[in-house]
Amino acid sequence: MDNQKAAVQKKIAHGLMIAVLIVVFLAFIFPFILVIINVFKTKADITSNPLNLIGAHGFTMKNFPEAMKKMNFVRSFGNSLFITVISTVLTILFASMTAFVIVRNKWKACGALFGLMIASMVIPFQVLMIPLVSFYGGIFGLLNHRATLIFMHIGFSMSMATFMFHGAIHTNVPIALEEAATIDGCSRWQTFWKVVFPLLKPTIATVAIIDAMAFWNDYLLPSLILGKKELYTLPIATQIFYGTFSTDIGLIMAALLLAMLPILILYLFLQRYIVEGVTAGSVK
Amino acid sequence: MNTNSNSYKFKQYTMFAGVATVLFGLVVIVPFIYGLYLTFTSWDGVSKTKPFVGFSNYATAFSDVDYWHALGRTFIYAAIAVILVNIVAFVLAFLVTRGLKGQNFFRAGFFVPNLIGGIVLGYVWKFVFNRAFVALGTAIGSGTLSVSWLSTPTGAMICMIIVSVWQYAGYMMLIYVAGFMSVSEDVIEAAFIDGCTNLQSVIHVSIPLMASSFVQCLFLSITRCFMVYDVNLSLTNGEPFNSSVMAAMHVYNQAFTYKNFGPGQAEAFILFIVCAVIGIAQVYVGKKAEVGA
Repeated sequence: MDNQKAAVQKKIAHGLMIAVLIVVFLAFIFPFILVIINVFKTKADITSNPLNLIGAHGFTMKNFPEAMKKMNFVRSFGNSLFITVISTVLTILFASMTAFVIVRNKWKACGALFGLMIASMVIPFQVLMIPLVSFYGGIFGLLNHRATLIFMHIGFSMSMATFMFHGAIHTNVPIALEEAATIDGCSRWQTFWKVVFPLLKPTIATVAIIDAMAFWNDYLLPSLILGKKELYTLPIATQIFYGTFSTDIGLIMAALLLAMLPILILYLFLQRYIVEGVTAGSVK
Repeated sequence: MNTNSNSYKFKQYTMFAGVATVLFGLVVIVPFIYGLYLTFTSWDGVSKTKPFVGFSNYATAFSDVDYWHALGRTFIYAAIAVILVNIVAFVLAFLVTRGLKGQNFFRAGFFVPNLIGGIVLGYVWKFVFNRAFVALGTAIGSGTLSVSWLSTPTGAMICMIIVSVWQYAGYMMLIYVAGFMSVSEDVIEAAFIDGCTNLQSVIHVSIPLMASSFVQCLFLSITRCFMVYDVNLSLTNGEPFNSSVMAAMHVYNQAFTYKNFGPGQAEAFILFIVCAVIGIAQVYVGKKAEVGA
């Protein structure tokens, strides 16, 4: 009898919890739903009632091609992709190598570098942005190059990535394996690439996900470095587009959806890895 | 091969950490020191010369009322947002670790706002506040909803907080999920055998064992909220009447809009000191929490 009562209570509790989850979930996705509903409406229909499923003038697709053209979508998407991929790959390579030499050697230079990296994590970007622009723009004239942005992305992400690889090498790479490789005639360089690096796969995935998301979505740094239309990344293109066409709400809806779509599609496929990667990145 | 010689060490260090040292140095360390130097000069952003002016930039920064207003506003906004983010995130984490059907789906769903940059999120919510809520308010005849919240100073702050909670709760939830999962089932079972209810087991067993998750989430959300810029720019752009300009935006405007690079950089350094204090507190509290757990 008691068991039955407990079972009923448990069912009620589960039902309640699922109800709460569904309500919160709806609150989380309704802004996206609103954009999707309105992207297929004409400007007049959105203005008269943004909550209608289908506007008085019916279903339209014409917001997309126009927004795509006016925000230079293909070009900006390409810039974002190029910058994100190169920066992420290079960050992983350089940070894992650095972490390796720091973990395995008690040299003063290693300790100093690692200490500086950890300390630098509290520096807010606002402190560095004016000197960066003044130094690289004013003195060296290096603004308006994608390479400059990639260079800075890597520099900024280096400390966090090194820190994560440091933890992974410290706990997950048995030193006996490296010694065996040395006995088999591997140099340190070969040992790193053939033995250590392959063992870092889970951390590589985590760093790749966290950094790629940060690079892809970054706005402030790219907006300071890239001032030419043909170099804009997707967030800059969206911001400029909004400023120019803010009254043409149909186009705005299309532009916002276009800006979100690439990463949402990627998330559909990599969702499990992304959630696991971020969770793993937080346990340290 | 002598692995103790300096030339061996130099070669090894350069081979593995050389590029990273140069990049990190040129992008973080050099600009930081150069930035410190800039706070003692007056520079208009164009001219080649940077006259030395001593502490006058700091004096300007300290007497810049707008800056202190922005900083105070940022404190209030961050305090409220951080508390709400963590409450929502913790409750969600609790709900998605009960073994319910579809909990992975919910976890993935709550994380979605984190995938999208602040600029785009801000514009999406601007549409929600300016158009959708207003249309809803007019339809149901509600006075508070039929005027855009973004049009009043208090409303704009509330909007900033709502968007931040919505944006970060999913991320913090994942950290709390990791915390819940790190508490071993044996301990929870033992608590049940001792007569704990579900709620008691969370309060007296899980939460103390998750201390490090709390520290991590708190400081992550504090620094994120304190540095907010993207959402500030796209959602309110400081409007109405500069009443929602946060500290980061003020520094940006000071430097790049008004070309007051010296005072702007001095204000940025004050921001850095605040962040450094938060960072040191994190290390300190984190160590204490670890010892306690």
